[in-house]
Amino acid sequence: MAADSVTPPTDDPDFKLRSLQEAYDKAGAYKATDEELMALYEQMLLIRRFEEKAGQMYGLGLIGGFCHLYIGQEAVAVGLQSALAEGKDSVITGYRDHGHMLAYGIDPKVIMAELTGRQAGISKGKGGSMHMFSTEHAFYGGHGIVGAQVPLGAGLAFAHKYREDGGVCLAYFGDGAANQGQVYETFNMASLWQLPIIFVIENNQYAMGTSTARSSAETEFHRRGTAFRIPGMDVDGMDVLAVRGAIEIALDHVRGGGGPVLMELSTYRYRGHSMSDPAKYRTREEVQEMREKRDPIEAAKAELLKRGVDEEKLKELEKTIRSQVNEAADFAESSPEPEPSELYTDVLVENY
Amino acid sequence: MATAIKMPALSPTMEEGTLAKWLVKEGDSVSPGDILAEIETDKATMEFECIDEGTVGAITVPEGTENVKVGTVIAVLDGDASDVAGEAAEPEVKDVPGEGKDVGREADTDGAQPPETKPAKKERANDPEIAEGTSMTSVTVREALRDAMAEEMRADERVFVMGEEVAEYQGAYKVTQGLLDEFGPKRVIDTPITEYGFAGIGTGAAMGGLRPIVEFMTFNFAMQAIDHIINSAAKTNYMSGGQMRCPVVFRGPNGAASRVGAQHSQNYGPWYASVPGLVVIAPYDSRDAKGLLKAAIRSPDPVVFLENELMYGKSFDVPEVDDWVLPIGKARIVREGSDVTIVSYSIGVGFALEAAEKLAGEGIDAEVIDLRTLRPLDADTVLESLKKTNRLVVAEEGYPMCSIASEISAICMEQGFDYLDAPVLRVSDEDVPLPYAANLEKLALIDADRIVKAAKKVCYKD
Ligand SMILES: Cc1ncc(C[n+]2csc(CCOP(=O)(O)OP(=O)(O)O)c2C)c(N)n1
Ligand SMILES: [Mg+2]
Repeated sequence: MAADSVTPPTDDPDFKLRSLQEAYDKAGAYKATDEELMALYEQMLLIRRFEEKAGQMYGLGLIGGFCHLYIGQEAVAVGLQSALAEGKDSVITGYRDHGHMLAYGIDPKVIMAELTGRQAGISKGKGGSMHMFSTEHAFYGGHGIVGAQVPLGAGLAFAHKYREDGGVCLAYFGDGAANQGQVYETFNMASLWQLPIIFVIENNQYAMGTSTARSSAETEFHRRGTAFRIPGMDVDGMDVLAVRGAIEIALDHVRGGGGPVLMELSTYRYRGHSMSDPAKYRTREEVQEMREKRDPIEAAKAELLKRGVDEEKLKELEKTIRSQVNEAADFAESSPEPEPSELYTDVLVENY
Repeated sequence: MATAIKMPALSPTMEEGTLAKWLVKEGDSVSPGDILAEIETDKATMEFECIDEGTVGAITVPEGTENVKVGTVIAVLDGDASDVAGEAAEPEVKDVPGEGKDVGREADTDGAQPPETKPAKKERANDPEIAEGTSMTSVTVREALRDAMAEEMRADERVFVMGEEVAEYQGAYKVTQGLLDEFGPKRVIDTPITEYGFAGIGTGAAMGGLRPIVEFMTFNFAMQAIDHIINSAAKTNYMSGGQMRCPVVFRGPNGAASRVGAQHSQNYGPWYASVPGLVVIAPYDSRDAKGLLKAAIRSPDPVVFLENELMYGKSFDVPEVDDWVLPIGKARIVREGSDVTIVSYSIGVGFALEAAEKLAGEGIDAEVIDLRTLRPLDADTVLESLKKTNRLVVAEEGYPMCSIASEISAICMEQGFDYLDAPVLRVSDEDVPLPYAANLEKLALIDADRIVKAAKKVCYKD
């Protein structure tokens, strides 16, 4: 990138690292229409039921290896991605990626078939739970190495800026990943070059069995861009409209050429880290409390009912989603494994 | 006395240059630090300083001359050209294609070759004798590794363990189970997910006199930290002329596990084994896991200790002796045989033994060698076996290219050519990133049947 195209981080001593937070505090949650809220609710519910099903299928031996469920964190991917221009903006995340795929409306069948390792899976069965991609939706995966998606996301943002396509990259990573060194190398370059990227820390309070307090000197993750002059936002990740409200402000800032934003979304994972998890690092009560008091899906449902949406309609929706998920599961179970010859395809593009 | 001033080399790669300009003339007196001339190469122009005291007697290469070879006499101090005649540029060493007759790695005394002063190969000790009547306990590989660490931690205050989830969680794969309880948080340390950083801290602590055991949750994540393993840990002793030791152990599971896909399933044995300055160990069973991990922790050198997740839960006998330590660098014949040698290490040994059983059923008596240490590699044990069987197969759970199997083949070719009755065959994983789908994963990985097939082939019985 030519040096003169770089807008250096402002020298203004009043540089408002908190400017976005203030704007967000003022604007508050997104003012969704009933239809919009219904759509968000539907997506979250689909993720929840899909993940529950995946958990069951794992138990039956139909899914193998690592399988990280998104249950509890649905409002994050749904709230954020509902604001993106699909196909124009790009998304990248780690291995806990089923929800992000579903939030983009990707067919649950091909996601579930990837989980069972079948030819019809979105990666032809060759990637599995952790490695799903959909270039069609500008969804760039699905990465297994903690933290690696962060510079990759900045690379996607670099390409947006280079091509001047107006796109913004949303790069998700966990509270644990936030301690990797490459994250900070990326913050520096992203800010220096004013890349159109929103860093999203999904703070679900734990990295495997390690609570944030045991791994992080600064647990207010939204502050971690300060040294790089990246404004931070502290967002309730259990409230889908709050998430949506926050991303609108962040997107405006980035699309307006303001450079990167760092959003911390406080959320919670109800299930174990992966399928095997001793669950000794937190109490059952803690999980129960979150489920009962902070559940994003229950909250959205309550809001819909408060607005006078017919309860029957919600029941109907629940039924439709269940059958959609069951259909995906049947498809994933019955569709064939990859052809043996697939073993050798896609290693390189070209034949040399 | 006349002194020749020669065309200087102003960079390590400079071979010739242009004598752009003389800044002195004949008869000038010069002293150290005076600029004599400007010299140009394709990369830069540089000033050439005098280092002697004297009078310029003769300028033998006029300014403007191009392609002046490094070492050519360009001027004479306190004398004239005749005084230094014969001090020509050093002869260039030419490599004439097709004229070499290097055979194997034998030194050719004409060219530049490493000196013949390599340290004499040490006769490596055998495993300690297990006294008659010693009782055996069946322990899992996981427990054997833990016991090795615990025993060494009891014996040596300097030993500590660090890594992700090693303490409160008791290890992501439970290898460090119980260590926090016994040794406390000062010596069993949970780190953030920051492999590069904590591998560096472990390496630095070793330089500072401690004996760190750095656990990687899996070796796939050690790629974040490989710079410290190679550039910091492996090279320091050499670069410091032997002053600065780095007795660190990097350990954790390596190789394919089960259905965890391409980024989580790689065998780094060949990677680390290619690096001088490292010791690389990859045991198969509990007795070797314990004895070699204890040896690794005691070693004054940096050790990469490669375990295998699929082996953690398997049980094997370990002798009940006080201090079970095994020699680093010594392979073990795990099954004697006379028809064909199967060389393997880590999880591959199990497949090799299974293959040997199947081969026995078909009248082929296979010898199985477990390399145990990948660097230094025990070529002697392999070659001794080859002398006996004259046929050899290497079985390795890993990529085929540039592998330990490739290295063993090269050793057999270079040092065992006369004993071979058939080409050495490599049985490796397929040359693809590991797929997730169950059927493809099975196709990609080695198994006993593939080893059987290769063994029969080298016995000309297929
Ligand atoms: C470089 C690297 N180190 C370790 C791991 C093993 N690992 C996988 S997920 C994980 C925890 C990550 O926690 P966090 O970033 O908070 O994300 P979450 O799982 O909570 O979504 C660890 C240690 C890995 N995949 N990559
Ligand atoms: Mg987390």
